[in-house]
Amino acid sequence: MNPSSLVPFPPLIYLFAGIFIPLVTLRWRRLAGWLALTATTAAAFFSVINLLQVLKQGIIPYRFGGWIPPIGIEYILDPLSGFVITVINLIALGVIVHAHQSVKAEIKESRWPPYYALVMLFLTGANGIIMTGDFFNLYVFLEIGSLSLYGLIAVGEKKSPVAAFRYLVMGTVGGGFYLLGVGFLYLVTGSLNMGDVRNILPHLQVTAPLVVALTLMLIGLGIKMAVFPLHGWLPDAYTYAPSPTSAIMAPIGTKIGAYAIARIFFFIFGIRLITQIVPIAQVLAWLSAVGIIYGSVLAMAQNEIKRMLAYSSVAQVGYIGLGLGLANSFGFIGALLHIMNHGLMKACLFLVAGNFRLKLGHSRIDRLDDSLRRSMPWSAAAFTLAALAMIGVPPTVGFFSKWYLALGTIASRNWLFLAIILLSSLLNAVYFFRVIERMYFPWRGSSQKRTLSSPAPKNESQEVSLGLLLPTLIFALALIVVGFLNVWLVKTILTKALPAGF
Amino acid sequence: MMVNATTYTSLVPLLTVLVSLGAVPLIILSSRRPNLREFWTIAAGVAKLALVVSLLPSLLRHRIAVLNLGEIVPGVDLAFKADALGVFFALIASSLWLFTSFYSIGYVRGLQEHKQTRYFAYFAVCLSATMGIAFSANLATFIIFYEILTIATYPLVIHKETEEAIKAGRKYLAYTLTAGVFLIAAATWTYLLAGHLDFIPGGLLKNIPFEPKTAWSLFTLFLLGVGVKAAIMPLHSWLPTAMAAPTPVSALLHAVAVVKSGVFGVIRVGLFVFGPELLRRFHLDYLLLTSASLTIIIASFLALKEDNLKRRLAYSTVAHLSYIVLGVGLISSPALLGSLLHLAFHATMKITLFFCAGAIYVHLHKEKVSELDGVGHVMPWTMGAFAVGSIGLVGLPPVNGWLSKWCLGWGAVAAARPLYLIILILSGLLNAAYFFPIIYRAFFRQGETGKTGEASLLMVVPLVLTAILSILLGVWPDLGFKFFKIAHEVGRVIFGGVS
Repeated sequence: MNPSSLVPFPPLIYLFAGIFIPLVTLRWRRLAGWLALTATTAAAFFSVINLLQVLKQGIIPYRFGGWIPPIGIEYILDPLSGFVITVINLIALGVIVHAHQSVKAEIKESRWPPYYALVMLFLTGANGIIMTGDFFNLYVFLEIGSLSLYGLIAVGEKKSPVAAFRYLVMGTVGGGFYLLGVGFLYLVTGSLNMGDVRNILPHLQVTAPLVVALTLMLIGLGIKMAVFPLHGWLPDAYTYAPSPTSAIMAPIGTKIGAYAIARIFFFIFGIRLITQIVPIAQVLAWLSAVGIIYGSVLAMAQNEIKRMLAYSSVAQVGYIGLGLGLANSFGFIGALLHIMNHGLMKACLFLVAGNFRLKLGHSRIDRLDDSLRRSMPWSAAAFTLAALAMIGVPPTVGFFSKWYLALGTIASRNWLFLAIILLSSLLNAVYFFRVIERMYFPWRGSSQKRTLSSPAPKNESQEVSLGLLLPTLIFALALIVVGFLNVWLVKTILTKALPAGF
Repeated sequence: MMVNATTYTSLVPLLTVLVSLGAVPLIILSSRRPNLREFWTIAAGVAKLALVVSLLPSLLRHRIAVLNLGEIVPGVDLAFKADALGVFFALIASSLWLFTSFYSIGYVRGLQEHKQTRYFAYFAVCLSATMGIAFSANLATFIIFYEILTIATYPLVIHKETEEAIKAGRKYLAYTLTAGVFLIAAATWTYLLAGHLDFIPGGLLKNIPFEPKTAWSLFTLFLLGVGVKAAIMPLHSWLPTAMAAPTPVSALLHAVAVVKSGVFGVIRVGLFVFGPELLRRFHLDYLLLTSASLTIIIASFLALKEDNLKRRLAYSTVAHLSYIVLGVGLISSPALLGSLLHLAFHATMKITLFFCAGAIYVHLHKEKVSELDGVGHVMPWTMGAFAVGSIGLVGLPPVNGWLSKWCLGWGAVAAARPLYLIILILSGLLNAAYFFPIIYRAFFRQGETGKTGEASLLMVVPLVLTAILSILLGVWPDLGFKFFKIAHEVGRVIFGGVS
């Protein structure tokens, strides 16, 4: 088969799964989960095939319906999109395996088919955004992803419809801003094809409409990425959504926004335009830097693990934004690496939070105690490992993100940003060790000296079943394995995924 | 005059790291059978020591074992190199681990400590990390093991799980993790300046053109990074707090492995990253000398007024670690020799003292100096060993402390900086002032102890052995592991022979 014909498979598989699941499950409701799992496996498989293909032969474009761009819609498979789509689909695979049981526990059986259908549509949107080479098509996928996410959030606990509505408002505004930006861009360039625009732009004067287009698109995509101060929708959405939703949107949702920013601003508009003519990169870096501190500080104040993780996401997205905004190769590689690393860490953490909710009925920090280390030793260990990765302890993935980002800030002689990145890892330590202390040590009141004769807690192992534990542990293990593979990943993939001009 | 060392590829440095790491699952799996569990610790200890010793013969023939495991961060390999300095440190840590393991068994069983499996498992991880630090061939590898050591020590610091211990753990993490990020900043900056991070005798930055401002900033960053574990003031205050840990932990980690990793880091940074030339050219040595001198004097005074025995020992450790830093700052071959000897000798002496403090605590439940009246009559062997360690730290022959101090003093004179000789002498007097009253109380005062006899043999034998070792090394410093010869070799590699 012609390799280029495999390019659109991942988004298409999800799209068809999203349509077929409600139909098939009219009769066999229990099939929904299996269908979703099959689709995700297939999508992940084809993503890997595509990635290997692109590494072998370079950029592969795919023209839908054979229409020639700029009239037709083009998909671009290059090392950047190949890498991000593989990362996202592999993470999605782990989360879906876990969701197989957590959905059963948290969502009514009658809602399984629509729930899984929406998950598939959300992933369609994510995959589409990554693959597309067309500004308007990107908007369509952005909306597909967001609309399905509203539904996925709203089926959660009591407050979730409010959180969903808030996201609906913010998300729609974001989409609107982006669309307006595309409109202005079309006004200036007369094209919606990304490659086309890239070729036209150097011949144009930088005029007000172009600057407006850039700004509007940055705001729109910034909302999706949850860059400070556009992150308002995120904490509630992550907290009140059902566990499987948080687990799938946290590692994937914001990363898509980050990818779109990297793609559009760095590859299409080009480094020179966004650093020297319009200071988009600088603005992004500064906002991200503030967001890193803001998110970390607020994460310290939270009492609910999911909410703490949500604020931590605001901070971690800041790492990605800061890395991009530095506009040098170390920073860019650090940002791309962190898209993967943070995805893995957050997936692991949210799966553990899900495990806690399943077994304990809550995930509140002040109600955790040291019986956990006996009753759920593996989940607690996975949480601890992921926490260490977030802090950036070697040899976990977090350390390597920190290393590249530190190189990036020093290379551009920006000591303040260096200080922020390093300070943030200490703030991570503060809020994660708060949880770790709770999980492993007897808390106040019971803090008198214990000796060997201290009675063993009565609760025997209540660890979650293998279907939930396995994906959690695989993510945890990946945090170390991928850490050691970082140089290999950077050399074989990421150095080929750099925009021109570094 | 320089004999060029040749290198050969060998798995031994990696195996020294892996052997105690491999013992961890075995320790955990045999948690219900304490004797088998402790057997794994001892077996790993023996194997580790044997592996380190096996590096010795070829090292003395100027052949250095290296191992390269491929790139870990761009441009830098995960690589091991068992050079003279590394082997020196590894020998100290691995031989004293063996003593501590026996002692630990007596200690935790004597106190019926909880969670003994966790205790022995993390102890093994700490020693793996220490070997990794010793044999790191470059800064990135060093940082990786340095951070692993930070994390692996935490469960040992909070072992008692009392509120005090948990607070100590927080303080420990706050200091060491902060140090870790400084080190990362310094290392990444160095990489951008030099293009590689390999430790080179004489300095990897030697040929880089520097602005004084850059040199000072970079060196300060490094010093903040390694200075916390080396307990250079004002970065020291985690160490007395960390005395909340069980005594064997204080003995091995807070007198040998962790703090000596910090000092080892100072030596690596001072002489293998910057190098003597740069230190002199930008007067960076003053930073080392001033901070070390102040630390020595202030910590000695703090020890003087501390009533808790372990905390008094901790302040004494703070002071003695800075002897080693001072020796690096003097930038002369005899001073470096003194530094390295003190790195080894302070370890044997201080571990003896901590072992004694632990034995007293387990047997008599006494923690304060003011309670020690008459203890010498009850536990003559223990307090005898304590006296040996004290005499050594004061710097009197025949205990080994006099030799390292002698070399340091010689180094100060050789570097034409007699001020530091005065500081060393003053510090010796202060040592006498805070140690001898303890011995006086123990032997020449009468007190109620309520018990007779010594603590268990598992504790007394190791502490007597380390005391004897301290005396033997004071008389024959080349005994057994040839500490003198290896230390001399390090100096020769850096300075090209003793002047």
